[in-house]
Amino acid sequence: MKILIERPKKEIEIEFNGKVKDLLIKLDINSEEVIIAKNKEIITLEDDVSNEDEIEILSVVSGG
Amino acid sequence: MKCSKCSNNAVFTNPTLCKEHFIEYFETKVKDTIKQNNMIQKQEKVCVAASGGKDSITTLYLLHKFGYNVEALAVDEGIEGYRDHTLAFLKDFCEEKGIILHIKSYQEEVGKRLDTVVPKGRPACNICGTFRRHLLNKYTQDYDKIATGHNLDDESQAVLMNLLKAQINLFARQGPKTKQIKGFTQKIKPLYLMKEKEIMTYSYIKGFNTPYNECPYAKDSYRAHVRDLLNSIESKNPGTKINLINKYLSIREGFSQDKEIRFCEVCNSPCSSQICKACRLKKQVKAV
Repeated sequence: MKILIERPKKEIEIEFNGKVKDLLIKLDINSEEVIIAKNKEIITLEDDVSNEDEIEILSVVSGG
Repeated sequence: MKCSKCSNNAVFTNPTLCKEHFIEYFETKVKDTIKQNNMIQKQEKVCVAASGGKDSITTLYLLHKFGYNVEALAVDEGIEGYRDHTLAFLKDFCEEKGIILHIKSYQEEVGKRLDTVVPKGRPACNICGTFRRHLLNKYTQDYDKIATGHNLDDESQAVLMNLLKAQINLFARQGPKTKQIKGFTQKIKPLYLMKEKEIMTYSYIKGFNTPYNECPYAKDSYRAHVRDLLNSIESKNPGTKINLINKYLSIREGFSQDKEIRFCEVCNSPCSSQICKACRLKKQVKAV
């Protein structure tokens, strides 16, 4: 699975099949601070993602 | 996961809604916040304090969409690689929507850019915030209201920060709408009850594509620590932020501004001493 993380900006590739909320736990990211897009569509923490998906983890925290 | 109101896929949980129903929920809640707090009358002229980030863009977009008479005012602090990106986005946005944009800079007002006064990595929020508030008030004297993009996260952080610093006298200055005080343009916060996560979701669905850019001075600020702490508590105990704000609102009236308002002998801005903080800082900055 290809994942683009907005803050701090980086791109990673990992093996993962499961719920978004579990992916965030695995990446040690607080679900309160991000929204997730799968193939450019927003999904919820309860949705499933798999190795074929392109995921964006977008920061909701203001930069200033 | 499916929307709680139709069979489409949800984009948000708590409330669990699809794109269309989320937009409806979001806009209705902002409209209700404006109405319940009696923020704007239809004939009033409102200036949105805009940075080009998702919060101020959403505020600007919605007030314009709701039919209010809005213009935007941006303050360019002079932080290389940060404000220039968001301002470029803001210019394009305002041009596309036909909204008048005014830009004021520290360079023209103070004589120096922020990044030439404070080295990166050093705390700058105090000096930056003082000049920002000063300029916003100075250049909105012909408007009825200043609207800011402050949201539930910002406001719950502010309440907690003031508690942690034992500055509860500042409680009177917070809230969805500031009190009318001579010399100050009244401030309103239409996104007061919206979480950052909701604003980001709305902004993404609407395709605003606001650039994410972190201020190089904000990373280790006191606010950043309080933000992380509150987010950590909120993720384990959802509702913490709104409970904090509701409790604050229920006791807010008991606090009053303890200092008499005077007018600065240098610039005539409202302040609490002979010379306002912005003029005092300006003098120090010029000496740097």
